[in-house]
Amino acid sequence: MAPPSSRRSGHSRRAQISVFTGYVIAGIGALIGAVLLAISIFQPRAFDGLRGTAVSTVEPAAEVTATTGGGISGLFENIQGYLRAGSQNAALNEELEIARIRLKEAEALEKENERLMALLDLKEDEVEPVVVTRLVGSTSTSTRRFAYLGAGAGEGVEAGMAVRSHRGVVGRVLEVAANSARVLLLTDSESVLPVRLVRDEVIAFAEGRGDGLLNIRLINLGINPLEEGDVFVTSGAGGYYRPGVAVAVVSEITSDGALARLIADPASADFVSVEPIWQPESVISSELPTDEPLPGSIPVTPSTGAVEGEE
Amino acid sequence: MEQLNRQTNSSQYGPRINREPSALRTYLVPYLSIMLGSIVPVFVVVGTMPLVPPLGFMMLLAWRIMRPGLLPIWIGLPLGAFDDLFSGQPFGSAILLWSLTMLAIEQLEQRFPWRNFGHDWFTASLVMAIYILLAMIVAGNIPNYHQLLVIAPQAALAVLMYPFIVITVSWLDRFRLLRVREVV
Repeated sequence: MAPPSSRRSGHSRRAQISVFTGYVIAGIGALIGAVLLAISIFQPRAFDGLRGTAVSTVEPAAEVTATTGGGISGLFENIQGYLRAGSQNAALNEELEIARIRLKEAEALEKENERLMALLDLKEDEVEPVVVTRLVGSTSTSTRRFAYLGAGAGEGVEAGMAVRSHRGVVGRVLEVAANSARVLLLTDSESVLPVRLVRDEVIAFAEGRGDGLLNIRLINLGINPLEEGDVFVTSGAGGYYRPGVAVAVVSEITSDGALARLIADPASADFVSVEPIWQPESVISSELPTDEPLPGSIPVTPSTGAVEGEE
Repeated sequence: MEQLNRQTNSSQYGPRINREPSALRTYLVPYLSIMLGSIVPVFVVVGTMPLVPPLGFMMLLAWRIMRPGLLPIWIGLPLGAFDDLFSGQPFGSAILLWSLTMLAIEQLEQRFPWRNFGHDWFTASLVMAIYILLAMIVAGNIPNYHQLLVIAPQAALAVLMYPFIVITVSWLDRFRLLRVREVV
């Protein structure tokens, strides 16, 4: 269709000015966008409140869709189940997979127990989740990978808490609104998670690549000890996640580590539990500048040369 | 737009005598449908990679291309800000990209005034592909081989879905201009 003649201003002064003003405002709009973009790139938290409020508004609707439908991937999985050998087969397979993960986790726990007992007689308590809820939404159009939780500050969720499903780690709470929270998923390109190999004492970082795979980067370089099918669990370093929770399975060996698939796909998680920050002290201390004393530590005079705080 | 055939009372928007389209619908439907398009992708939980096409942007494109002159050229500023609240992109990305899109389509339209649906689909596909690529760069992902592979399915889905969006928009347009208000 040809553009309507109303867009052609002709000799009417008024029409000319209104068309011109439209262009000017559009240009200013683009500029405002560029400025806001620059602000949010350099100050990622600048618009958190606004965004949290917006998502909280649609959260009830999202809760309904999350309850009724299993999402796109759930649909695909069901179709797959029928195509292979009926949905029962798919369910059994999943159960078996979970059993395998549990087994690997148990193996990791056993290893850890051994290590702790060797060090000192320390007892690890089972963590009580802050809240059990659903992932009600995600940023399904953006290359950034965020999900939205159906619980927020009202339920006691705080930024930094770990989110896990029955299979393993899903992500970490990034920002909290009244009744929703934004979760940074493991596959996001800015997510980094300290992990440990189950069968050995190999420490690595699992970085999101943004395409559904995790990049496993070994800390000690040398001969690559990884094999396909190796399972990584959280190491507990950094203090956010408690150790021994399943994270990823190695699917491809690279020169400096491996590519790994997620164990807990957020799309297939019915319920997720939010767990408290495992070691709040170490999280706080990692955020402080190195020359500042830790809260609660006894100040020492520099002349004595003593180490400040609790390391 | 409505053809004036004074011989008959009926029109594609219902009986003409004594009836008018509702002003509220006429002005609100385009904006509300675009805003709804921004919200809907939030309800889909996808963990691994972006899969849902940017529905809000596609609605904007379809309205802009099908009804030139209906949306003011600066509409990318408010509607883009709304989209940014839900998309997960850094705030400002849709404001910038939607505003630029409106300006670019204005130029295209002046250069190629006569088009058919094929041309429009081609234009929209090009614009959507560039939009998805730029949105990825703006979100801080430098496009390498893997990253391009990630957005390829989304872009393909967007191109294939555009005709359905156009059908939706034409249905909404008919709904918008229905002569529902009685004139006394």
